[in-house]
Amino acid sequence: MTNPLARARGHGSAKSGVHHWLAQRVTAVFLVFLAGWLAYAVLALAGADFATARAFVARPFNAALLVLLVISMFYHAMLGLQVVIEDYVHRPAAAITLHFLVRAGAWLGMALAVVNILIIALGA
Amino acid sequence: MKPAMKAKQRPLSPFMIGPYYKPQMTSLMSIAHRASGVFLSLVGAPLLLWWIVAVASGAEAYGALQTFFGNWAGQLLMAASLLGLFYHLFNGIRHLVWDSGRALDIRTAYTAGWLVLIASVLATAVMLGRML
Repeated sequence: MTNPLARARGHGSAKSGVHHWLAQRVTAVFLVFLAGWLAYAVLALAGADFATARAFVARPFNAALLVLLVISMFYHAMLGLQVVIEDYVHRPAAAITLHFLVRAGAWLGMALAVVNILIIALGA
Repeated sequence: MKPAMKAKQRPLSPFMIGPYYKPQMTSLMSIAHRASGVFLSLVGAPLLLWWIVAVASGAEAYGALQTFFGNWAGQLLMAASLLGLFYHLFNGIRHLVWDSGRALDIRTAYTAGWLVLIASVLATAVMLGRML
């Protein structure tokens, strides 16, 4: 997604352009399908015992979808919370602190989720 | 800085809430989209993460999670997360359609808005009905 240079000139810094906007929407489209699958999984596993839940996640296809879901979800949440902070938190110190916490939380959540899904899938 | 530049005190977001605009269904659904997104980020996603960690950790951790979702507090959080998820999902599709340049007239925006609200409540009720 680019504009001709002649149209972009004189309108100020574009910084990263539409990257944030586009990433938010690409993850949104992924999540439309993955959230549908999550709803199915929640129904299938409601009240399930430990062995059933573990066997469900251990299936390679389910593990793969769950990995895709948590990566898209935490990334989408990170981008969304970033915009909320940019719009509503006007004190720079508070905004920077919150931006850091959101990014750290999202990446930590992503890493924790993927590692634990792999532990289940690999039967460790 | 030029004097003219700092003299003007423009309203800072969220100025839509307050005396300047009358609340409308479209603006309320817009702020509800953000609110549900923040709720899903701070409550829904951590609950899913807890479930994954519990399934990986063993029967004891999984049992603690089951006890939590057996309580009224756990069931309330589950119900709120499901409602938030379906609202954000359906309204998100409404936003994606708008992003493609379609359905931007006021009538369609309202019709789609009601569809989103009805579908969110229905989907949540059906899910809860089958889970309990």
